[in-house]
Amino acid sequence: MRAVPDRLFKSLADPTRRAIFERLARDGEQTVRALTDRAGVSQPAVSKHLAVLKLAGLVRDRREGRETHYSARPQALKPLIDWMSLYAAFWRERFDRLETLLNRMDQ
Amino acid sequence: MTQPAAATRSLVIEREMPHPPEKIWRALTQGPLIEEWLMKNDFQPVVGHRFNFRATPMPHWNGVTDCQVLVVEPNKRLSYSWNASGEEAAKGLKTVVTWTLTPTKGGTHVRMEQSGFRPEEEANYQGASYGWQQFVGGLERVVAGLK
Repeated sequence: MRAVPDRLFKSLADPTRRAIFERLARDGEQTVRALTDRAGVSQPAVSKHLAVLKLAGLVRDRREGRETHYSARPQALKPLIDWMSLYAAFWRERFDRLETLLNRMDQ
Repeated sequence: MTQPAAATRSLVIEREMPHPPEKIWRALTQGPLIEEWLMKNDFQPVVGHRFNFRATPMPHWNGVTDCQVLVVEPNKRLSYSWNASGEEAAKGLKTVVTWTLTPTKGGTHVRMEQSGFRPEEEANYQGASYGWQQFVGGLERVVAGLK
């Protein structure tokens, strides 16, 4: 079972690749060209990143005429999701914020 | 379907804070103060009051948490339900958050317990979307640990 999370983590470890995935997750389906315009790397590099994401199941592609459209599959992140550990991180960060607020508040 | 108690898990976060319980209580129960450290809300410290926490919406997650005040014991204990909202409400997260404040020599022992996590909901779709947002921050650290 370790293999799946490892592949997911590794595919998302690269900042450019992660930015591509986040953009697809946030903005919906896009073409390679549209992604290249904003990725700051060449089109072959973007295609290579998309291939890695596709292998990890994080994106899906769809051909339409001469263009390939990519979209995110956030459900591929399932193996990484543990509600309790996510909330543990969430609440620790909120505890920090609470303390910052308390330090600013009057008695 | 009802779940036996043994099927759920709880998360507990505790911290000693150098502030009196009364002051921490204000931060836990006054809407504008809650917003400063937690989320936008329409909380009222009244048992039975229904309210929402609102985070930035994202695809597949409306950012809303459905809550109801369950316990209000001023300066001591505060409890509210913390549930998935909208179309995810039926099969999504159904938990209870309980704050307990205990005076200590130097301030207050703050305990937060979120109970009612069911293992089967860890893999729901909303979880994946929400989880993505939460998990990006710690990714580099986790990846570093893979080597």
